Amino acid sequence: MGNDFTSALRPAIVMTILFAVLLGLAYPLAMTGVGQALFPAQANGSLVRDASGTVIGSTVVGQAFTSDRYFQTRPSAAGHGYDGLASSGSNLGPTAQALVDRVKSDIEKRRAEGVTDLVPADLATASGSGLDPDLSLAAALAQAARVARVRGLPEARVRALVTHHLEGSIFGEPHVNVLALNRALDASGR
Amino acid sequence: MTSQGWFLILGFVAILLALTKPVGAWLFALYQGRRTPLHLVLGPVERGFYALAGIDPNQEQGWRRYALHMLLFNTALLAFTYAVLRLQGVLPGNPQGLAGLSPHLAFNTAISFTTNTNWQSYGGESTMSNLSQMLGLTIHNFLSAATGIALAFALFRGFARREVKAIGNFWADVTRITLYLLLPACIVCTLFLIGSGVPQTLAGVVNVTTLEGASQSILLGPVASQEAIKMLGTNGGGFFNANSAHPFENPTALTNLVQMLSIFVIGFGLTWTFGKAVGNTRQGWAILSAMVILFLAGVTVTYAQEAAGNPVLHQLGVASGNMEGKEVRFGIAASALFSVVTTAASCGAVNSMHDSFTALGGMIPLFNMQLSEVVIGGVGAGIYGFLLFAILAVFVAGLMVGRTPEYVGKKIESREVKLAVLAIAVLPLMILSLTALSSLMEQGLAGPLNKGPHGFSEILYAFTSAVANNGSAFAGLTANTPWYNGLLGVAMWAGRFFLIVPMLAIAGGLAAKKRTPESAGSFPTTGGLWVGLLVGIVLIVGGLTFLPGLALGPIADHLAMIRGQTF
Repeated sequence: MGNDFTSALRPAIVMTILFAVLLGLAYPLAMTGVGQALFPAQANGSLVRDASGTVIGSTVVGQAFTSDRYFQTRPSAAGHGYDGLASSGSNLGPTAQALVDRVKSDIEKRRAEGVTDLVPADLATASGSGLDPDLSLAAALAQAARVARVRGLPEARVRALVTHHLEGSIFGEPHVNVLALNRALDASGR
Repeated sequence: MTSQGWFLILGFVAILLALTKPVGAWLFALYQGRRTPLHLVLGPVERGFYALAGIDPNQEQGWRRYALHMLLFNTALLAFTYAVLRLQGVLPGNPQGLAGLSPHLAFNTAISFTTNTNWQSYGGESTMSNLSQMLGLTIHNFLSAATGIALAFALFRGFARREVKAIGNFWADVTRITLYLLLPACIVCTLFLIGSGVPQTLAGVVNVTTLEGASQSILLGPVASQEAIKMLGTNGGGFFNANSAHPFENPTALTNLVQMLSIFVIGFGLTWTFGKAVGNTRQGWAILSAMVILFLAGVTVTYAQEAAGNPVLHQLGVASGNMEGKEVRFGIAASALFSVVTTAASCGAVNSMHDSFTALGGMIPLFNMQLSEVVIGGVGAGIYGFLLFAILAVFVAGLMVGRTPEYVGKKIESREVKLAVLAIAVLPLMILSLTALSSLMEQGLAGPLNKGPHGFSEILYAFTSAVANNGSAFAGLTANTPWYNGLLGVAMWAGRFFLIVPMLAIAGGLAAKKRTPESAGSFPTTGGLWVGLLVGIVLIVGGLTFLPGLALGPIADHLAMIRGQTF
């Protein structure tokens, strides 16, 4: 067995080094090269720039919207909210008092805006990543009246804008990208 | 629950059933060491590796030598990654200027990735440099997966061969699986992911001025290349803290579907490979049937619970369906499905936070892992774990009808049964004792975020995930402490290798046996009766031990939840 042990050392060490080079360097670096060549926008984070070239966000990653003028994003547990360096859910369990307290305050906020129905589930809960870029259709429409009021737009027009931004997939749920929707809102004039 | 949700779940299973034979056949070619079309390109790499390492791929090994080479290779990989993580601060490829990891975190992480667990005591974006992600972690995602499949091949050979000692060559198995299966599949998958919005760059942080004028930092990196193998190799270690819930890891509902398929596809295929190896593919389909039954039962419970939602929140005025910890683009069905897939396999990637599931919705992921992850299971590990249960099942059936048990032409005798029980006993022994210890000690009790029974569930989930080599978490637990990093590290190592060594001993013993021809007295191991027996044995032997623990955690939590009691 002692002889077996020493004869197994060489392949163990050499194969570790060879595989490290192949899988830890060559593979990811080659993929980076090919990815950058084929899909430069996506490979670099699907960034969105304004007219002056400043990066204002990513179509993929959510950002905080708290102003009444905008459709607001979901509660976030990433850092102090939508922290791109600290993605996280709340990890609060179903019987956590801290969850109840947080949800209560979110509901009160919506009630104050005049939402009388049940609050859409995604609008009162934190996402898994804390960087959810989307809202459900119900969560966006629940904010349409407020956005219309603050911006002095007809509510029907705001609601039409929301439905126009509805995306969907048979493998997931229909949703609205909040950054795209709010940019369209800004572009609409007021 | 919606019809669209069920369409997703059943469609998902249908796609996998369609892929089972082609993937299984490809794996069978690798099992036999046959030439594939990919040898044209990668054959020279394979031969070069053997030449440099002094390996003769045709020299077959007995089970002891196979185990020794496997263990030494894994130990060398462990040491390599430990060094990379500790030295992170002085190595290149570190655009954020992150420091090296603490000794206990590096220990835990190196074991975690070596054992295919990918438990993460750290948040990726704030801890790991790009080089550490690639060189320290991605290599394990390939090689721990290849090791698992190689070990399954070794056990298959034990059943298939007669009166020989050898069960294959470890190096040939690992190298072929990596080069002719994992690497090419990952290249395709990576490109799909990049095209769908997953970053692949060596850059670091991008500073953003949001529409409201606030500043936000977004982290980029070589995400897609790691994501592809994270799924296909049932590893589960995310680039980011939020794992596949993070929009950069899993940007669309379609990438979500592809990720779930990647987790299961090799596990499905291996059941066919097993059947082919022992000369009757119906043997493989029987195993797969039992697995799929257990899987669909789990999905049904979790999906129903999550769709019904949390009554505590409903009373406050929130619409039904539990969205805490879930992403809108996936919704409830795709999140519930992912959670059951990732814990049925030993993947551990998450697209939603299991800690925030309803009590019973979150119990299924926990229970899946406690069944030793044999419902499809990790690549290789699932099928070899399941075959241990099959050995027990024929033993129990043999006791009932009073005959010597046989399975796929091999007599199952006391040595096999003892070793199988030894391997299976590691799981409850480690999980329950370490959970109990942490529930008593101050250092352990400091961990949970949640109070009440859910806090206990967090501890139980952590040790279950570690010993079963899953890697998902009830992530409220603060695990980056010497106590948890140390104990979870030990738990992961024991959970992987204390099961593997007895399993290889069984493989060696079986290979040496004569083939017993099937007779009128043999218990048939292909029909519905056998599938039912397998399901029963997995649930009773694998699951029953954990019932008291589940009663203290998720079940107590559920009773509190429906009464509206909070902690």
